[in-house]
Amino acid sequence: MKRFLCIVLACAMLMGVPVSVTASQTGSFTYIYNYWGIATPSPDAYTVTAFLLGDQFGIGHFVRPQHLFAIEDRLYVVDTGNSRVVTLRANPDGTHDLLEVRYYATMDGAATRFNGPMGLFVSDWGDVWIADTYNHRILHMDENWNVIREILQPEGSLLEEQHDFLPENVAVDFTRRLFVQTRHVNRGLMEFDRYGEFAVYTGAAPVFVGWWDRLWRRLQTQAQRDVQAPFIPTEYNNVRVDHEGFLFVTNTNSNVDSVRRLNTMGSDVLIRNGQFDIEGDVSWGNIHGITGPSQFIDIASLENDTFIAFDRVRGRLFSYDFQGNLLYVFGGVGNREGHFVEPSSLVSMGTTLFALDAHTGGITRFDFTDYGLAINNALDLYRRGLYEESAEYWQDVLRMNGNFRLAYLGIARSLLRQGYYREAMRYFRLENDAQGYGRAFRFYRRQWMEQYFWMFAVALGVVMIVPPVIKRINKVRREIKEA
Amino acid sequence: MASLRSFDFREYLKSLLYVFYIFRKPLAGFWDLIHEGKGSMAAAHTFVLLMIVVQVLRQTVSNFQFVNINMESFNIVMVFMQIIIPMFLWCVANWSLTTLLDGKGKLSHIYMGAAYALAPMIIIDAALIPVSHVLTYDEAMLYDMFTQIGIGWFVLLLLCAMKEIHDYSFAKAIGSSLLTVLAIGIILFIFIMFFAVISDGIAYVISLIQEISMRL
Repeated sequence: MKRFLCIVLACAMLMGVPVSVTASQTGSFTYIYNYWGIATPSPDAYTVTAFLLGDQFGIGHFVRPQHLFAIEDRLYVVDTGNSRVVTLRANPDGTHDLLEVRYYATMDGAATRFNGPMGLFVSDWGDVWIADTYNHRILHMDENWNVIREILQPEGSLLEEQHDFLPENVAVDFTRRLFVQTRHVNRGLMEFDRYGEFAVYTGAAPVFVGWWDRLWRRLQTQAQRDVQAPFIPTEYNNVRVDHEGFLFVTNTNSNVDSVRRLNTMGSDVLIRNGQFDIEGDVSWGNIHGITGPSQFIDIASLENDTFIAFDRVRGRLFSYDFQGNLLYVFGGVGNREGHFVEPSSLVSMGTTLFALDAHTGGITRFDFTDYGLAINNALDLYRRGLYEESAEYWQDVLRMNGNFRLAYLGIARSLLRQGYYREAMRYFRLENDAQGYGRAFRFYRRQWMEQYFWMFAVALGVVMIVPPVIKRINKVRREIKEA
Repeated sequence: MASLRSFDFREYLKSLLYVFYIFRKPLAGFWDLIHEGKGSMAAAHTFVLLMIVVQVLRQTVSNFQFVNINMESFNIVMVFMQIIIPMFLWCVANWSLTTLLDGKGKLSHIYMGAAYALAPMIIIDAALIPVSHVLTYDEAMLYDMFTQIGIGWFVLLLLCAMKEIHDYSFAKAIGSSLLTVLAIGIILFIFIMFFAVISDGIAYVISLIQEISMRL
């Protein structure tokens, strides 16, 4: 039997079938890209701690659920196919309870049913907004789901005639302005003021027109130009508010930044200091037709500005730190634990993640492993500039994963701060950080010069003094001889 | 063996050091290199060899702040090829062209001229190796500047060499050099096409044999 297995394995290897050796019991595979852009294995940062189905709570399966929202310990599931909103509670012991199931809101004393809602937002003061998509409206409700305001298609919003008003995602910032991501709208987000009046389109992604397109268009006739697809801004597919009140928007257009973080002016303030673009996978192959760049559909952000983007192409979760460095990638496509068939939404509750699969209707809960926690703790301190303190956590991270670039750089920066230039140079060198190395080296060079300057001085002195002296001596000697 | 025994080391050294005269007076230098027999093929080979050695060293022992390549994929043969193949193509393409354009130079002259023109790049790149360990990342501009000076100097010397070897005017030297670059492109294109056709031909014959052997 053993021999047979060996032969099978050898055959598989010869045929180029990847024989995956999984490190963890859950069958998940976490990786990170190294300096050269090669995917290298990493310990699991997040691990599956629960898998929730509607059936478990006796309310029937979720049908094509499209959105998750979390606040405090409550998890809202927008169960689009059943036109309802399910509220769950995550208990501290890791279990989950059903709080309520909502099919309707109360408007003017009468119930008004939802129809295929796709987005939900709950504010810290308890108000609820729901994107009641197929009723073509947004409902603003108090904590008891009594409608305060019904927002219909605004007059003069320049929505194209042939399209219905289909709000898909809602977000409210601390000034109580409402931002709506609407299907068929490519002018950015629809912004409503706190009284539900349409204000403006905001945060549209800039249109990218390459020089080739420009040239091509110049050569075309007007008739040709008319039938060609116009260069219009891309449609967003999601909007989230992070803990600082910035808006995270995602889109799947390969010419536009996949993730944008918008400030109140609607301009992108996402920090992109990472080695790779915040675009998900750096390189990819073709596995059963799954190919092409990652397409982000949702963002979950943590307290320390780490954010995790959900890729619908490969069902992967890409975690980026506050500087845009890739931290770890996990998840995948499939019917396994920690994998997804049709990714639809991702939300964070503290550091816990809930990921929603529209196809299976299941919610996968992820929690930090020791490794993920060490990275998170290190980043907490690192972000506040406490390099020395964070270095201890980075050491922990390195013990668990020798491939983690940020840990080397974190330690190097801490060593540089403490004046260990030589050691800092070594750590920077290990991770090919030329800029950091240069900074440490400048200090080291100065130190070295100060230390050995006397040698140069002595050498110079010797060069300047000795030959004349010898000359003099020779001269004197000659004179003595002649005399 | 006889040629090796008759090898005059002093003459060789003289022809090698002649490059410094070329630095000072490129035009007269390249004229005498060919017409007065000041240069030697041995020295030309030495320059090409030195170029390879220096480029290998530059990629391996320079400080990573300025030259950073993945050592896992470093291939010394590739460096070798990157110098030998352009050199070979330049000589062949230039010779093919200049024979048609009343060039006076022989193939060996073109090779010698091009090899001697490499000298400033060799010296500057070699000097930059230790320098890279003293400079910091912020001073990369200095490093890049010297690299570019080396390349610029090389191009200038090459033009001078072509002018003097073929007894051209400057305009004609530049024009013929540009045409040479074009000719190199054509040679490469034909080369690639040739290989594609050959491999297709072989594949065709193989499949034919397979077909026949299966029918039998």
